[in-house]
Amino acid sequence: MIEVRHLTKSYGPKKAVNDISFTAEDGQVLGFLGPNGAGKSTTMNILTGYISSTEGQAFINGIDILEDPIKAKSFIGYLPEQPPLYYDMTVDEYLSFVYSLKKCRLPKKSHLNEICEIVKLTDVRGRLIKNLSKGYKQRVGFAQALVGNPKVLILDEPTVGLDPKQIIEIRTLIKRLGKNHTVILSSHILPEVQAVCDRIVVINKGRIVANDNADTLARNLSADHKLILHIEGSSDEVKKVLESVTDVERVFVGRQVDERVYEYHVEAKEGSDVRRGIFKKLAARNYPILMMRSNELSLEEVFLKLTTGDEYGGAEKIETKFDKLEKGEEDK
Amino acid sequence: MTAIMKRELSAYFKSPIGYVFIAVSFLFSGFFFWYFALSVGSTDISYVFLGMFYVYMIFVPVLTMRLMADENKQRTDQLLLTSPVGLMRLVAGKFLSAYIVFMLGDIVLLIYGVVMSFFAAVNWAIIFGNFVALALIGAIFVSAGLFVSTLTESQMVAAIGSIAVNVALALINVVATVVPVQVISDVIKQLSVFDRYYEFTTGIFSLSGVIFFLSAVVIFLFLTVRVLERRRWA
Repeated sequence: MIEVRHLTKSYGPKKAVNDISFTAEDGQVLGFLGPNGAGKSTTMNILTGYISSTEGQAFINGIDILEDPIKAKSFIGYLPEQPPLYYDMTVDEYLSFVYSLKKCRLPKKSHLNEICEIVKLTDVRGRLIKNLSKGYKQRVGFAQALVGNPKVLILDEPTVGLDPKQIIEIRTLIKRLGKNHTVILSSHILPEVQAVCDRIVVINKGRIVANDNADTLARNLSADHKLILHIEGSSDEVKKVLESVTDVERVFVGRQVDERVYEYHVEAKEGSDVRRGIFKKLAARNYPILMMRSNELSLEEVFLKLTTGDEYGGAEKIETKFDKLEKGEEDK
Repeated sequence: MTAIMKRELSAYFKSPIGYVFIAVSFLFSGFFFWYFALSVGSTDISYVFLGMFYVYMIFVPVLTMRLMADENKQRTDQLLLTSPVGLMRLVAGKFLSAYIVFMLGDIVLLIYGVVMSFFAAVNWAIIFGNFVALALIGAIFVSAGLFVSTLTESQMVAAIGSIAVNVALALINVVATVVPVQVISDVIKQLSVFDRYYEFTTGIFSLSGVIFFLSAVVIFLFLTVRVLERRRWA
């Protein structure tokens, strides 16, 4: 179990982490979601005793990390953002070094065999770490965190730099581990956190902006009633038609996709499904729909929604920014 | 502590550094032995030891530069500092690994004494005095090197910094001679590493000298622990 109470970390006048509190129960996977520089790594470094907090307390299995760091650290397996690997060692040498470093008492051979099986390292155990690919290095880092079968796993962006297949493998692994460990996992990828975690803590600029069950949060953030369409035809006409569809509340014309093709953002009443209605009306007026999809919120939009309650403005801003980038006039 | 020590030792001999250090050690001590003893037919090898004092002043930093600087750079310090290992043990493990390699280079000087004893009467008091002195000064150089290595991410900076510290340590007695105020001059003179070292080389084994050297080692190791600790609180 991990308990964090009013944690603050200041670097001079800047607060990297500002008064955050949360709890991760046993057998729970807690997702730590936030953009780069939100304070995720700082929080994790505090939890693992790598750096100290300026204020507040962090308890690992009820032990204050500052009061009895050695005992608290013995419960933790930590995979930092950059896996702490010694490139001059082979995987086997490295894992047995970590084994003795953590003063592990489990039967060494079978324990390390088991870990290598779990993270699929068995084939490369005799190879020098410096010769491994990024994906394998990440797995060695993961294996290192698992040595000693710690009760608490703290994983800082464990899937960064992996290929899609490996990402799925690692996610499955985390889910499995989550059943009998407390896992804290950080990520800036919303679907990843949604896929793996039971509870999500969203952090931005060092502050917690949401802390809820994954399901509840996902439901709140889901945007089935928001659609993005590409429709051929005069934008003014199409907009009028869209607005005339039952339950549609707001229509916003986006960028021009092609000649006579525009992008439209449609916001309908919450819980309503306007797709059929839109199709029928547009078909009747002979405006072909070239694309229609529900508007899944990007993390940036989630933040805007969580912090200001309005994600449309964000979408607009981001899109105009992309447009500018495409045209090569990035705002300076 | 043993885990860290073993890892460091294996790292020394996986890279050329361990071999190079021992080779340099053997090369210079062999040369000095020939130059000061064999070629002039003398059994007094004090100058061999003195020569090695200067060699180690420059070369021990090569041995110690990697110790923490590399960890800082590769971020492997995150593994060490988040493991259930006390900082004191961590530092001790690092220190011992480098010191063992140092002693592997240093021990050959005793063998020269043994070799000579087959051919002539040897003043063992002087040889032992010199050996112990060099072993003690080596411990200071290693601990100072470890301390400087902890301060930086660059091995180069660590090496140059440690050489500077070692030279400064060796030159304390020179500072003492130029300080005009008698009291201060006396105090500085008491801190002179070289004067203490010289005492041993004459064959006088003084307990206060041993304590002096060991306290210097402890101070550097303590400072190393403090630097690691302070980084946590920064």
